[in-house]
Amino acid sequence: MQEPSREDLINFYTRMLRIRRVEERVMEVFLKGEIPGFIHVCIGQEATPVAVCSHLRPSDYVSTTHRGHGHALAKGIDLKLFMAELFGKGNGLCRGRSGSMHVADSRLGIMGANGIVGGGLPIATGAAFTAQYKHTDQVAVCFFGEGATDEGTFHESLNFAAIKKLPILYVCENNGWAQFTPQKVHMPIKNVSDRAANYGLSGVTVPNDFLKIYEAAGQAVRRARNGEGPTLLEVQSIRWYGHFVGDQQKYRGEEDVKTGRQQDCIGNFQQKLLADKVLTEQDLKTIEEDLQKEIEAAVDFARQSPLPSPEELMAEIYV
Amino acid sequence: MKEIRYIRAINEAMKEEMERDENVFLIGEDVGGSGGAFAASRDLLKQFGPERIVETPISEAMIMGVAAGAASCGLRPIVEIMFMDFMTICMDGVVNQAAKLRYMFGDQYTVPLVIRTPAGAGLNAGPQHSQSLEAWFAHVPGLKVVMPATPYDVKGLIKSAVRDDNPVIVVENKTLYALKGSIPEEEYVVPIGKADVKKEGTDVTVVATSRMVHESLKAAERLAQENINVEVIDLLSISPWDKEAVFNSVSKTHRLVIAHEAVKSFGIGAEISATAAEEILDQLDAPIMRVGAPFVPVPFSLEKAYLPGADNVISAVKKTLDQSF
Repeated sequence: MQEPSREDLINFYTRMLRIRRVEERVMEVFLKGEIPGFIHVCIGQEATPVAVCSHLRPSDYVSTTHRGHGHALAKGIDLKLFMAELFGKGNGLCRGRSGSMHVADSRLGIMGANGIVGGGLPIATGAAFTAQYKHTDQVAVCFFGEGATDEGTFHESLNFAAIKKLPILYVCENNGWAQFTPQKVHMPIKNVSDRAANYGLSGVTVPNDFLKIYEAAGQAVRRARNGEGPTLLEVQSIRWYGHFVGDQQKYRGEEDVKTGRQQDCIGNFQQKLLADKVLTEQDLKTIEEDLQKEIEAAVDFARQSPLPSPEELMAEIYV
Repeated sequence: MKEIRYIRAINEAMKEEMERDENVFLIGEDVGGSGGAFAASRDLLKQFGPERIVETPISEAMIMGVAAGAASCGLRPIVEIMFMDFMTICMDGVVNQAAKLRYMFGDQYTVPLVIRTPAGAGLNAGPQHSQSLEAWFAHVPGLKVVMPATPYDVKGLIKSAVRDDNPVIVVENKTLYALKGSIPEEEYVVPIGKADVKKEGTDVTVVATSRMVHESLKAAERLAQENINVEVIDLLSISPWDKEAVFNSVSKTHRLVIAHEAVKSFGIGAEISATAAEEILDQLDAPIMRVGAPFVPVPFSLEKAYLPGADNVISAVKKTLDQSF
């Protein structure tokens, strides 16, 4: 696999930081009451979506979860239309019908964020099935957390994908917390990747380090595209905030939260780029300013967009 | 015209649709080499190969989700769920995924999925292999549900279902699989959403589904000998149902009986009754009667006593005549 170029590295950093800044701004406006419903931010976990999606083409498929903003952004979702959807506006990507938990863009193969834990596993498997059926070299990536690997659909999907050698990468972001429950309470094993052995699949565990995830993901995507079948990639990720925005995380204990926030996949990557002189402090400032502008424009767009019209409620239920 | 068994009509429908459109494929358990648990897909593997006749592990939740995903990506899956009772295992895939993906994602995706599944008691298969659960699915916005009772209707409805861009559940009846009937030699479809008057009449409207259509026709024959002229409507589509056809009939007869094999309580008869009472109360000369199974699981050896039949339809018809307003 080719070493990432200087441009690549800057791109990776920028995209990770973009996810974080978007999530922070989304939290802010949500807590002010501008976004209805629930928000589940992926702050602390940004390396995975960017590292994986950097190997994907627009025509490749991804499915994600309630904590799916990062995956959608990394796959290229339009920030303004994404924001409009979060605000529940009629011109949002899902016409304001779904909000944060179901962001989707069919033009980019973003099959949608699924609100059912484990619900996206067979769907992404179906996308990979389609690629194989149509003899294209598309791949599918399914993002999910360690909690989902206890669902029956995890077992059934990997089992089937393995038999059929489907072109799919299953990415488990193990952040140690299935909503409010720590891993050791619901899982008798430590490494989710060990579960790959049940299906004769290759299972890999990597830390929350951009380049390590990038390399492992690259190998898995190449395997899938070459018809060599699925991989289970586990990232030892870290969730900085609670399950949903507003969740005080008392169940987690202050130590766990503090330790978690000390491991910053973006901060670490930034340090590396500064040390290697890929970026200067001035570059960092510019990147932050540009992101700030882009995000504010998206928030303004969302604020000014109209709510769905009442007629939308009884929109045609059949196509 | 040619004579054909209901199960062969299903086979023909799938064969023809798969010949017509290369995106159509069949997925389910035992559908390959053995031709299916009920022989619905006999010889299809030979003709279409394992890429299009996809035999799976026993994993209903996966099968339904994979089909929903594949349908979202442009394929047109026919999912065979061996017994309707097993739909319970893949409810998320049907209700939270297939039924909702198009709406949820703002019409960015369509889910042109067909689920074929046999319901029905009468083979002493017991409580977990005999249920009729169409009411559950009719209650979910986004799904279409059809229940063909004849070889003609099952072939025509499966073809319509495959061509429909919405998720459609075709509820077959396992006790009707051997039933013979006539179908045209040439290509035809039966439209979803339209009922069929199987027998015209003047005194009472009986709206029936699946096996109860045949029971209602038997009942009608016996009642004719008492000079009671019953109109039997085969509802065919459960959701959406042909309100116009039913209401036109009731406007003529002024009496309504709904007959289904599913448990009477909370069944589709309740929906049809309530809608008639809401919208055409002035057309009714008597209370609406429903025929359905008792509120117990399907028993094994007491199955005959359990199953609704012609006697129950006759009884209900007579009640509407005896209890005039």
